[in-house]
Amino acid sequence: MDQHHGGFRFVGKAWTKVDGPAKGRGETRYADDLRLPRMLYGKLLRATCPHAMIRRIDVSPALAIPGVVAAITAADLPAVRYGIMPSSQDEEALCSRKVRYVGDPVAAVAALDEETTEAACKAIAVEYEPLKPVMSIEEAVAETSVRIQEYGDGPLSNVHKNVSLEFGDLERGFAEAEHIREDLFFFQGNTHLPMEEHCAVAHYDAAGRLTLWSSTQTPHYVHRALAKALGLPESRVRVIAAPVGGAFGGKCDPFSHEVCAARLAIITGRPVKITLTREEVFLAHRGRHPALIRLKIGVRRDGSITACHFKVYLDGGAYGSYGIASTYYTGALQPITYKLPAYKFEAARFWTNKPPCGPKRGHGTPQPRFAIEAQLDKLAEDLGLDPVAIRLKNATAPFTKTVNHLRITSNGLRECIERVAAASGFTQKHKRLGPGRGVGLAASAYMCGAGLPIYWNDMPHSAVQLHVDRSGAVALHCGAIDIGQGSDSVLAGLTAEVLGIDPQEIRLVTADTDLTPVDLGSYSSRVTFMAGNAAVQAARRMRELLVNAVARHLEVRRDHLVVGDHRLYDRENPVHGISFTEAIALAETDFGVLTTVGSYWPPKLAGPYKGSGVGISPAYSFSACVAETAVDLETGVVRVERIWIAHDIGRAVNQTLTVGQVEGGVYMALGEVLMEEQVFRKGLHKIPSMLEYKSPTVLEMPPIETILVESEDPEGPFGAKEVGQGPLLPVIPAVVNAVYDATGVRFDEIPLSPDKVLAGLELKRRVASPRVGPQRAPEFAFRKPLRVDPPPRWGQPRPTAANDNDGASAALVENVHTGTVPNVQRPPSGLPLK
Amino acid sequence: MLRLPRFEYAAPHSVTQAVAYLRDGAGEAVLVAGGTDLYPNMKRGLVEPRLLIGLSAIPELKGLTQGASGELVIGACATLSEVARDARVRAGYRALALAAHSVSTPTLRNMGTLGGNLCLDTRCNYFNQSYQWRQSIGFCMKKDGDICLVAPSSPRCWAISSCDTAPALIALGASARLAGPRGERVIPVESLYRDDGIDYLTKQADEILVQIVVPPRPDWCSTYWKLRRRGSFDFPILGVAAALQSDSNGFVREARIVLGAVAAHPLTLPDAAELLVGKALSEEVIAGAAELAYRVAKPADNSDLTLGYRKRMVRVYLERALRELAALDRDSALRDETGAA
Repeated sequence: MDQHHGGFRFVGKAWTKVDGPAKGRGETRYADDLRLPRMLYGKLLRATCPHAMIRRIDVSPALAIPGVVAAITAADLPAVRYGIMPSSQDEEALCSRKVRYVGDPVAAVAALDEETTEAACKAIAVEYEPLKPVMSIEEAVAETSVRIQEYGDGPLSNVHKNVSLEFGDLERGFAEAEHIREDLFFFQGNTHLPMEEHCAVAHYDAAGRLTLWSSTQTPHYVHRALAKALGLPESRVRVIAAPVGGAFGGKCDPFSHEVCAARLAIITGRPVKITLTREEVFLAHRGRHPALIRLKIGVRRDGSITACHFKVYLDGGAYGSYGIASTYYTGALQPITYKLPAYKFEAARFWTNKPPCGPKRGHGTPQPRFAIEAQLDKLAEDLGLDPVAIRLKNATAPFTKTVNHLRITSNGLRECIERVAAASGFTQKHKRLGPGRGVGLAASAYMCGAGLPIYWNDMPHSAVQLHVDRSGAVALHCGAIDIGQGSDSVLAGLTAEVLGIDPQEIRLVTADTDLTPVDLGSYSSRVTFMAGNAAVQAARRMRELLVNAVARHLEVRRDHLVVGDHRLYDRENPVHGISFTEAIALAETDFGVLTTVGSYWPPKLAGPYKGSGVGISPAYSFSACVAETAVDLETGVVRVERIWIAHDIGRAVNQTLTVGQVEGGVYMALGEVLMEEQVFRKGLHKIPSMLEYKSPTVLEMPPIETILVESEDPEGPFGAKEVGQGPLLPVIPAVVNAVYDATGVRFDEIPLSPDKVLAGLELKRRVASPRVGPQRAPEFAFRKPLRVDPPPRWGQPRPTAANDNDGASAALVENVHTGTVPNVQRPPSGLPLK
Repeated sequence: MLRLPRFEYAAPHSVTQAVAYLRDGAGEAVLVAGGTDLYPNMKRGLVEPRLLIGLSAIPELKGLTQGASGELVIGACATLSEVARDARVRAGYRALALAAHSVSTPTLRNMGTLGGNLCLDTRCNYFNQSYQWRQSIGFCMKKDGDICLVAPSSPRCWAISSCDTAPALIALGASARLAGPRGERVIPVESLYRDDGIDYLTKQADEILVQIVVPPRPDWCSTYWKLRRRGSFDFPILGVAAALQSDSNGFVREARIVLGAVAAHPLTLPDAAELLVGKALSEEVIAGAAELAYRVAKPADNSDLTLGYRKRMVRVYLERALRELAALDRDSALRDETGAA
């Protein structure tokens, strides 16, 4: 089979996003563009105290305002709690008893227009009895009496999750080390900053069915949470994810405004829309956890790591959100990048009176990546090694298992490091650019979809229905939602490649729980890999139907038929063939209505220990980055002058989108490393606006040279892997390392704001080894570690066959099928497919 | 999103008409030109006018013209884009061109006006927040409350003068022409401001800023340096305007140095300027002036970055501005590329 680019019509090439023209013309209707007849506008009243008991709420002054149709409190909602993780069902759409951060919703109103909703919220009287706020990791550790949440993992009052895992023999690892470093790092919290504010429109129809249009990444999970929060059967709830104007993890949770819009629609019998203000988006948050990290790595003189002890304190905010997963994620992926013979991971997530933290692009990984890559440079310097060499020395290999039982398949890490170092001239520049200028290198890995769903079930993670009819129209139905990352284009491109048509010709019906089969959502970099595989399976099944019908009618052997450009023809005699549309008519004649389905289950990869469900993934992407920076030694301003980044994408389904995602990841990372800070003062978010929360403009963006490494993953659709999150990861430490090269000052804390950098430069005049970063970590009793032996045959190369997962089920399960095809055969040879 | 509250809007066609509206509005009326600052502030409930008097339909307020004595007369409603790209401004009043070009973003400069920038409300990160935010932290004396959250024991408001063009115009010796029911008056731009975060303009409530007059400055050179986090969008957290007249031997005859965004009003530094007079701009002379400026500037903790940092940057930015004017600055060529273009 031809697996080279030349053999593909679209895969691996650059082509226009299928939803691009409509977005360019302003045709795309985002949630806030929806206006239904008789629609009301809703608004949430939010807490003004960081931590308080609610004494009394009186909505009657609001109801007295002309134009106000409804005003509700927790008393008007079922007394249930919900949340994204089954083990953290701690959220109420409206707080019943207690508020836990400034911005926690306490009441909701619906009115004829938005102005009136503001007046109504102002009129509602709330009496609070303030409690002591807990605003930082240090305060959460020190506080022994005040509790923010009613549940947690102990041993202190405000610990949400306390995790400890030890793989291999840590003691021996450190004993074998010839050099050991221990450093403290701090990664400041930051938020997603999508262009589109969250919006939900709810409609409760005459038949008693609820429809919610929402800007969400996870319509399926919102569907479940909404039914629970409202006490409705799931079969009477329909969730439609409207096109999403950016999300980055910030729209993965079920939100209060979704529940309240729905409840207000039910109460008033009229559609209700709630659009958050920008300030409310900062309060909805679910962004990057601030992380205090203690890291200890032991190495041999040649740079090879013998042991790693990673300890992290996470500032979780007031609710669970994805926090349990975030906590595990800060530890799980370390051994994917570098071979760690012994690895101990301790993590604790603390409750604080701030908006909840959750998943932001890279979920749990940027913080450890920053610490490890910065420390690796320190180790290299201590040993007189080159930053490239120490990374190559420790880089993981393809088709291996990690000490924590993660299965690595394709792996282009080595190539990423080598190519990015060569393209940037790293070795020629490092330590040679003169005062104020420097280069830095870092590497990373990320997963292609979480190996387990958020709630326990064995059903497919993604599914696609494909329908074609005699008009030649091809319709693809899938629960996946395009949040700007290009998932619509990926689904259309993969399907078009299999069927020999163009991506723009495929009609997409997506993310509608009434009309589309379930896809778990646009999170964990899962859609290309999982929904993509489901689409390829459905398309191949459809192609089989066409091939069977055409073979019979044209009297050509099936394996001689080629599915080409809008045409099926005889390989031996290419003029002997028929058009795609004619082929459909033949197949419809033979088989009746033409519908096929594809389903994707990830392989069963969980290891033999509690907590092994986090980090498993059918494949991993790899990245390496070199940053070149110029530091103004008088002002401390860091300017990133150029970025080189190599990313192992497996195979780029669409080069334009892939490069776009890489550049977007670089942009977001530069914001995090240089300026973004979700900071609080006197219990409040200090700067909840796009003007004062500083993120880079186009003027701060350096030229980016993107190198795509195509390792062709055996299980990815056409070999593809993820690109949505991974490329963010190496950029942050590459910049930090470049700033060290430029200044000789270690910055063990980000962002590298000019005042912080200037303070470091001043320190350099006074001390020999200047360092800016946290001075101490609070004393805290992490859980006694669960000790896990490395996998059998650990450290040995494994066969390169797909789906080698020690006897677990295959990735593409072919026996669940409800379409019209009785049997699916392997695609005929000669077709450009894997 | 935040909604603009309801208001009445008057669109006079002459200054006289506008003054009449203002008089009739009796304290409930506010003037609006580009609206790029006023409307966001209204959405946050920082200003609650009953009546807005739009100035954009008044022909006398538009454009830039050369006066009889060589002075440049700029209508208060000339947009910042017009000012920044005007060839006369760029050739003769570089500080103004740079300052106007540095305001906010290109789109907002196409709407925002020079007069609007000069009358820009003072800013503070305890004040420029939504109603709900201010309610949560406790209202401040600038709106709805009675204390200063930056300095709680202070009897006064410490909101920061945040316009870019005022320091430049003051350094260039510009005047402001005001029209009111009692006729017109012309005052130095410097006299337009008062050291008070709330009552920051000396302009009377019934007066309108109609023109800015910049005297001819044939043998002067000037510049404006702005400290901010990003290359666009941000208000200044420090502005340094410097203008010099030198003789043919390179000795300074007259100098003006003005700081923006370090106080509630643009801060003119006569002592630092005086230090330059009669001297050639050597590194030592420059350092001396910068040291004086550094001592005088006392920023408060109510803006981006730390106040200590912002104070320290006064020295660095004034040195850089003066080095540029003395052609000592190695970076000045680079800066020309990013300056008024």
